[in-house]
Amino acid sequence: MPTKDEIFEKVRTTLVDALNVDEDEVKPTSRLRADLNAESIDFLDIVFRLEKQFGVKIPREELFPESIFQGDAEFVADGKVTAKGLAELEKQMPFADLTEFRKDPRLDKMEDLFTVDLIVNYLQKKLGG
Amino acid sequence: MRWTWIDRFTAFESRKAATAVKCLSLAEDHFADHFPGYPVMPAPLILEGLAQTGGILVGEANGFRENVVLAKMSAKFEREAYPGEVLTYTATLVDLGETGGRVSGTVKSGDDVVATADILFAHVGPDQLPPGVTDTKFVFTGELQTLLKTAEAVATTPATATS
Repeated sequence: MPTKDEIFEKVRTTLVDALNVDEDEVKPTSRLRADLNAESIDFLDIVFRLEKQFGVKIPREELFPESIFQGDAEFVADGKVTAKGLAELEKQMPFADLTEFRKDPRLDKMEDLFTVDLIVNYLQKKLGG
Repeated sequence: MRWTWIDRFTAFESRKAATAVKCLSLAEDHFADHFPGYPVMPAPLILEGLAQTGGILVGEANGFRENVVLAKMSAKFEREAYPGEVLTYTATLVDLGETGGRVSGTVKSGDDVVATADILFAHVGPDQLPPGVTDTKFVFTGELQTLLKTAEAVATTPATATS
């Protein structure tokens, strides 16, 4: 099983190719949208490249879920993710670090969860399991 | 409106690769303006032909059940293309998944490479239709598949049949 550093290196290569960014721009804390300017279609590109790079199958909605909160109206209230929603988020994305998001769970801040580290954590769980 | 930028498929191997040709004719309207006195095939139209070749390859892989749209492309041009040339578009399937596919493409005129491109296609489901589009099957409406039928017809017609 590859180490976290090894996974990060490969993820970095993938993001450099997919997003046309410089290697030193890709840090573990980099947010895909805000820092690396990823657009929605780039997420599809990234998934394709990761599947190839790591030889794994990444089902739709697993790494970059788009419809977590569509199942229940109680997941979101006044533009904020509710406690119930946070529990659902934790269940569906166990590889996400929700520490910061819990402090200010505004729905429009959710995209900041998608960092380079999130991808690395996801792959680490995936490759380890 | 007809928006077909390839003339005919010359080879098609399902889930692997497709080759199509496009004959550039001075009669095509765009040559009058691009550019006056110096007709050059507009690069986006070359890429459109290559994307149609690759898009049909990706669409056929799932029996044309998915709407296949061009999502992302990076291309490099080596030279311009002129009226009278026959461009050969080759698309090779690199990845195919439930969310879309990726092809690597080459445009040649004879042995000359005109352009190369990496193209990502996405499958668009009924819940992701663009604004104003009501038809849930809006990509493969018939015109594009007709190209495959034409290729079949030509491939099975003996060369002597027309004489």
